[in-house]
Parts: sequence; structure tokens; C-alpha cells
Amino acid sequence: MTARAGWRRGRAGRRAGRPTGPAGPVGGTPEPAATGPAPSSGPESGSGSGSGSAERFADLSFDDRMATVDFRVGERAHIVVDSDVCRSCTTRACVTACPANLFAVRSDGGILFNYEQCFECGTCYLVCNSEGALSWTYPDGGQGVVFHRG
Amino acid sequence: MPDADRVDAVVVGAGPAGAAAALELARAGRSVVLLERGPFPGSKNVYGGVVYGRVLDAVLPNWWDEVPVERWVVRRSTMVMTPTQALSIDFRSEAWGSAPYNGMTTYRADFDRWLAGKAVDAGATLVTSTVATGLLRDEGGRVIGVRTDRADGELRADVVIACDGVNSFLAKEAGLLPRAEAKHYTLGVKEVLALPREVIDERFGVHGDQGVDIEMLGCTAGIPGGGFLYTNAETVSVGVVLSVTHLAEAKVRPEQIVADLKAHPAIFPYLRGATVKEYAAHLIPEGGYGAMPRLYADGLLIAGDAAGMTLAAGIWLEGVNFAIGSGLAAGRTAAAALAAGDPSAARLSAYPADLHRSFVLADHKRLRKAPEVILSERMQQRYPGLIADLMEGMFTVTNPEPKPGMAALLRRAAKRNGVSLRDLAADGLKLGRVFR
Repeated sequence: MTARAGWRRGRAGRRAGRPTGPAGPVGGTPEPAATGPAPSSGPESGSGSGSGSAERFADLSFDDRMATVDFRVGERAHIVVDSDVCRSCTTRACVTACPANLFAVRSDGGILFNYEQCFECGTCYLVCNSEGALSWTYPDGGQGVVFHRG
Repeated sequence: MPDADRVDAVVVGAGPAGAAAALELARAGRSVVLLERGPFPGSKNVYGGVVYGRVLDAVLPNWWDEVPVERWVVRRSTMVMTPTQALSIDFRSEAWGSAPYNGMTTYRADFDRWLAGKAVDAGATLVTSTVATGLLRDEGGRVIGVRTDRADGELRADVVIACDGVNSFLAKEAGLLPRAEAKHYTLGVKEVLALPREVIDERFGVHGDQGVDIEMLGCTAGIPGGGFLYTNAETVSVGVVLSVTHLAEAKVRPEQIVADLKAHPAIFPYLRGATVKEYAAHLIPEGGYGAMPRLYADGLLIAGDAAGMTLAAGIWLEGVNFAIGSGLAAGRTAAAALAAGDPSAARLSAYPADLHRSFVLADHKRLRKAPEVILSERMQQRYPGLIADLMEGMFTVTNPEPKPGMAALLRRAAKRNGVSLRDLAADGLKLGRVFR
């Protein structure tokens, strides 16, 4: 079965125009010293969530981050996930490694995938250890991500 | 598509490797089609800091007068970090601020489009928004063209040069690239942040078209890799490069590592008040010499990231120049084979020989052990802390206690970071051999 769904609300990437900032300031606090800019994570502290520093510095929400990218969305899903294979996966590496955060675990253990805001980087199929779970092609010519400042 | 469905050569991918290959073929008087799957050259491409331009001497004289540059890098800094410490080795040279320059920052949308334009000026036909979906082969297996996603999209050619990037589907289809091993790849994640030009000048200590490149070790949450921050004219680019295998195991999201880097006490002052203009991600082939695929087959050559040409050797991080260098060599080899009427694998085997005579494979061969050492556990997770603790020990005045000796400081820093002095000596020797 093919899993496809627009599970993330408020998608901003459908437009085809050049992105226009500003998307949000770095560092909402004018005096970083006052808030103690110690990063929340590191090799020793065993970083995991690390969201503390992002909040302290008013970093972008993920949707705002993705809204800075120009995606020309095609009709055809260029990546297809076979969720039946994913149900037996123990690593779910794609869920954390995808830089566009396009993979999500469903309540039944399958994987939801949304191709529309894909960087076409290839990380998901590199980390996927389940043979046949991902079928991966490029979007049709002229479609997909368009970097203007890459 | 051009009227004729048959040309001398098809180059797949109009990045720096493909543009360089098409340029050489066109200059040799060959009919060449340069295919690009994006709407314009560079639209799918991302890089991590500096384009070293001297390879362009072979493209045109005084290239620096017209190349789309953001800033010329006159200051190069290497930073070793822990979450609360940073040591910088900072070098600047006036010599890098005038022709022929050393490195430049640019936007790939501008740079790649410019270089592909040189191929078009020389006579190549650029076809954008077109994916090469597969190889055409004759009964003997020789590559005789490509299929595209256009209607009537078969394009026949005596030689195909696959410059289709890090995920090269064509090299895989040809059997040159065995199933990709994740350990040879890193994921680059980058943000481009807007700041006024004067603010960039002041914060980074430069003026005019001078720029800065800062490369970092120890800022990737224990995932092998590194960080970078460099200046464009009116933006700065900041990001990290992360081992794909370790990222998959770490359960940390890549953008979180960038957010933590931006919040680092040594980095945040550069970025205060900046707004994100573009977020980007791209894979990087970092396996080096030992992980490269076979570079040719009957009727086929591969160049650039498709051939794993990015040099990731710690103190040297270069890719665009290696792409151009390999593309130029592939184009020359193809042109010579076409002139001889023999695009067989035997004839095209001149290509790696040519690359070994140039910096492209000479550097890769010399530095073939570097990726493994640079991405090793101690280099990534222990030495940044050891070095930072050693520096902090040296520069912290402990009155009324007398100063500890340097040997004692080193022993203490090594112990605190879980490194034996024997490991330290062994790694020192290894580094000496790798970078000899």
C-alpha cells in the first residue's frame, strides 16, 4: 500500500514563487548574555530534544523554516513508501534523519510520507534498512525543490 | 529538445561538472546537449562554503572579472568547540583579496547558471526541466544515449557523460556504482540568513568584497561531521555536515543541530537579529578515493559528485573545483574519443589517467585516508573537548594556587575527555601520515 497524506497542516510550500523573507529573527532576546546562551545539548550532555535553546533564541518553527524554500509541487509522488514494510521496521531512521521532516509514524506503526516539500537529497533511502520500503525517483523535469541561494 | 534526436554527446546535469564537460566538448566542435532536471542550472544544488576558482583558469582568462561572486574569502578560521568553549585558529591574507584570488563565496543558482552559460556560449545546447530517466544501450551493452521524461524523449549520442549528482541514478544503472553505502555520505543542512552589509563587515572584520569562512569541529552533538559559517554580500550561510549513518542512530533532528550551533556563545554574536531567507539540505559524497565508483564504461563517463569527487579532508573541504576539474577532463576525453571514432571503454580509460595527472585524483589519492581519520570517534567526540580544556587550563589564572605545568594540564585534559596519552600519540602519528 502506498501511504500518502498531507498530514502537516498549514502547508506553505505550494506556491511556486521565489521565497520572500523575513521568516523570523534569530535571537528574540536582545541581550543573549542575560538569558545565558548555554546550548542545551552536546556530546557530553547527551543531546536529544535540545529544544530548549531553540526556544530561548526564538528559532524558527519548522513550518516557517520550510516556508523559506521554493517548491514547485508536481502531481506525481516521486517517493513512495510501502507502509506494510515499515510496520516491521525497528529503527525508523527516516523519521529523524529527513531534513524536511516528511516522515511520521502512524498509530498503527506504518509510516506516513509527504513528498511535496522534499529536498530530493536521498537521505531517506540511504538510511532505510528495509528493502523495498522506499521507491525513490526524481520529480518530473522542472518540478520539486528550487534553491535560489544554495 | 533539439531538432535532431542524435548528437555527439549528451551531458546529464548542468552543475559544475556537467557544464565543464559540455564546455570542453563544444569547444572541440562537437554537438552536445546539456540536460538539467531543474528549471535552471544550480536550482538543485547546495554547497558548504567556498569555491576555489583557480580551476577556472582553464575555462577563461580573467574569470574573476565576471564570475558571480558574493565575497572573496580573505579570512579563514578553524574553530574547535564544545557546547561552552571555542578555540579559533584564524588566518587572513591580503593576497587572497586580489586576482587571482583564492576562494569565493557565491550562490549556486548564480554560479552554476554562469558556468553553464559558458558552455552554451561555446555551442552546447542547454535543455532544462528535463530528467534523464535512464540509459539507452545497444545489444552489446554499450551506452548509446539517454531516455528523458519528455515526449519523444529518447536522445541518442555516441558518448554520455553522467554528471547527475550525488544520487547518480545513471551511474547506478550502468553498474558503476554498487548499492550506495550510507557510511560514505554526509548530509549538509544549511540556512542562509539576511544581515545588512555593514553589519556583516563589522562583525566579521572585513570590508568591501572581502569575506570570511569559518569551519568548525565539535558542534554536531557527537555526530561525526562539522559546522560552517561564511559570509555572502548581504547574507551569511550557517550549517552543519552530518554523518548519515550516525544521524540515523542519534535520534536528533538535523535542523536542531543547526539551531544549537546558531545559539552557541561563539556563533550567536555573528548572527544576532538575522532572518532566515532559505533553508536547504543536500547529500555529500565523502568517501574519497577508496569509495569512488568505476569512472567509465562503453560510451559512458561519470564526473563530479556522481563520481564521488568531493574532497572532505578536514582542513581541506572542496567540491565545486573537483567537479569542474573532473568535468573538464571527462569532456576532453570524450572529445578525443569522438575524434578517434571510438567511444569504447578501452579508449575512455584515458579519463582516470588524466584525472591522476591533475589535482583531482592526485589530491584524492594522497588524502585517501583522511575521511576515516577526520570522522573517527576520538577526533569528533573527544579531541575538541581535550583541546578546549587544555586551553582553558592554560589561560585560567588559578591564584593563589601556582600554575600547573603544561604536562599536568595535558594529562588532566586527556583524562577528563577519556583519551589515553598513548591514543593521543598514535593519532598524532596517524594524522602526520595522512597529511604528509
